[in-house]
Amino acid sequence: MGLESLLKDNGFFTTTVDALAGWARKSSVWPMPMGISCCAIEMMAVGDPKYDIARFGSEVMRFTPRQCDLMIVAGTVTYKMAPVVRKIYDQMPEPKWVIAMGACTASGGIYRTYSVVQGIDQFLPVDLYLAGCPPRPDNLLNALITMQDKISRTKAADFKNAKLPELNVIQKN
Amino acid sequence: MIDNELKEVHPKIIQALLDKETDLSVEDALENEMILNMGPQHPATHGVLRLVLRLDGETVVACVPELGYLHRGYEKLAENMTYYEFIPHTDRLDYISPMANNVAWVLAVEKLIGIEAPPRAQYIRMMVAELARIASHLVAIGAFAMDVGALTIFLWTLREREKILDIWDMLCGARFTNSYTRIGGVSNDIPPDALAKAKWFIDQFDDNLTECEKLINTNRIFIERVDGVGVISKEDAIEIGFTGPNLRACGVELDLRSNQPYLKYDQIDFNVVTHSEGDSMARYFVRADECRESAKIVRQVLEKMPEGNIILDQPKKVPAPKTGIYTKMEELIHDFMIVNFGINPPEGEIYNAIEGSKGELGFYLVSKGEGSPWKCKIRSPSFCNLQGLPKLVVGQMVSDVVAIIGSIDPLMGEADK
Amino acid sequence: MISAELLNTKLKEQFPELDFEISEFRDELTLALPANNIVEVCKYLKTNPELEFIMCMDITAIDWSRRKDRFTVVYNIFSFKNNSRLRLKANLKNTDNKIDTVSSVWEAANWHERETFDMYGIEFNGHPDLRRMYLPEDFEYHPLQKDFPLMGIPDSIPLPKKENDR
Ligand code: SF4
Repeated sequence: MGLESLLKDNGFFTTTVDALAGWARKSSVWPMPMGISCCAIEMMAVGDPKYDIARFGSEVMRFTPRQCDLMIVAGTVTYKMAPVVRKIYDQMPEPKWVIAMGACTASGGIYRTYSVVQGIDQFLPVDLYLAGCPPRPDNLLNALITMQDKISRTKAADFKNAKLPELNVIQKN
Repeated sequence: MIDNELKEVHPKIIQALLDKETDLSVEDALENEMILNMGPQHPATHGVLRLVLRLDGETVVACVPELGYLHRGYEKLAENMTYYEFIPHTDRLDYISPMANNVAWVLAVEKLIGIEAPPRAQYIRMMVAELARIASHLVAIGAFAMDVGALTIFLWTLREREKILDIWDMLCGARFTNSYTRIGGVSNDIPPDALAKAKWFIDQFDDNLTECEKLINTNRIFIERVDGVGVISKEDAIEIGFTGPNLRACGVELDLRSNQPYLKYDQIDFNVVTHSEGDSMARYFVRADECRESAKIVRQVLEKMPEGNIILDQPKKVPAPKTGIYTKMEELIHDFMIVNFGINPPEGEIYNAIEGSKGELGFYLVSKGEGSPWKCKIRSPSFCNLQGLPKLVVGQMVSDVVAIIGSIDPLMGEADK
Repeated sequence: MISAELLNTKLKEQFPELDFEISEFRDELTLALPANNIVEVCKYLKTNPELEFIMCMDITAIDWSRRKDRFTVVYNIFSFKNNSRLRLKANLKNTDNKIDTVSSVWEAANWHERETFDMYGIEFNGHPDLRRMYLPEDFEYHPLQKDFPLMGIPDSIPLPKKENDR
């Protein structure tokens, strides 16, 4: 990682809190596998021995939103499912990111029908759209790396307007 | 994952739950009962199935499955597109074994038009359909074992499945969602490397499957969690409409491959696997044994595969190969007609079913002589198998529900359509 | 396989008044019958020892759009004993769009009828639990009716709001 090379003689180095936090965050992204349909199978495939998402520090797929910081929406989101997806997103702690995996999540894909939401960005903020139907696992890994880039550039100032209830309590005391 | 906020549950569902007849022995039922919502986002529901359970302590008293979280409107879509355009959509029905769905769709359309694919194409279809069955059963076994707590086997079966996906990748350039078959044949011939890989896969598959089985077949924890759990009798299973491995696990010998042979299954020697217990364990055994049988079929298919055309030479119904279209006037005209107006089968209606990996996968097509079907109904096995779920889980513990769902192997893409 | 003649004689014997019609297309038998008699005929087909159609594979409907009697309900049943399939078709009178449920004959019919109700709005008299199968309960339309647009009616199902987002 090259961190040791920075710690010259006395073990000091200077950086910003943002950079340090970003660096720590990006290498251990815990995804929330929002597997809904076909794309979920390819999402499963990145966990298998051949593609091995563990190489990128994200093998800890948690099925509870409370422990996750990256939601991978994999599959067709229908109108009936949309409130559920949104609710799970709301339950995730800040900071959080969303990957829209597959054509369906980006635009409804091949389903131009009455029941499919034509793009999840209508009700979710999406950070990264991943093309393909389904995207190959290598593609998802690439998306993860790109996402890590974005995560490492996240600054505390980005959350100036976000509600952080716990923080407020501490400041009052 | 699990929350019991009652206001989230629609009043009609609650009503359905309360309407179920139960023989509770406690005096004040409301004191002791609880309504538990499981899914639609739950690691054990294999997608987006939602169950609303009524519990007495740990025991399930009533269960109402709630479907439709993945309802994508396939039947409406089919009415609005030509028969060709629907082939890619069939991939995404049962997305674990897409090849089998492709085969089912083209067989139905071919029956409607009244044509038959050349022998080589039929053998290729048989091969890919059986590989699809293996792939599907591998996922089913792995996910089932994972649901009851054995994670390793999931990784091992996925490893085997990856090899099949590689074969498909060589065959048609997609890992799954292949859209490989065409009306009147298949899209391209098997490249030699895919053929070699298929041979290699079949040769090593038996040993690897045995290895996977060894992990759980003698495992006390696994056996105690699934043995005798979720039993259904033969009569009930027929009554509720089970098909496929779930029905064969109850001792009913119904397999469309041997009962009503399609493709060239009548020239292949294989056994129909049945077990008589009808519990989760039996369903697992049937799947594992069926993988072996499928491997046997693929081996025979590879030996017997004849040479010849892979697609029918009938430019009026079947688009000619691209080389023909680019060089010959007549083919170009027919191609233009097919692309723009469809193949216009005669007026009539057919129902054609194949033995998919989950059960009987059928398409009911009504044609008015136009380019697109007037009506297309998908008879999806997962839907019918799910209907039996309340029967299986009532009286069991909550933790068994997870094992039972895994053992009947529903796939929501297909169940919700 | 059950032949058309056998079915014909059997039904004539049992229901002399019944106005039915058997047709064959691509080796598949279709039996068209009036909607009022559906339950008794189904019961007979299931219990007759020579026919034994014990499995209900599928129930659906067809919307004929501009035809006078708009809907036809289609049943697809299977007999182990004869290893054959049969399709029943019952035309509904346009006035009410109702038919009796066969879920008392085959339990499997329950969900299939719910699905048909959801998709076509056909009501099944006496059905134990006639709810929507797929779409949300408060959805008003029946999507497989021919006059329902493929893309649906805008805003007929609400989406969650996008608020407080970065
Ligand atoms: S993008 Fe394609 S593979 Fe992914 S969920 Fe949609 S249809 Fe399925």
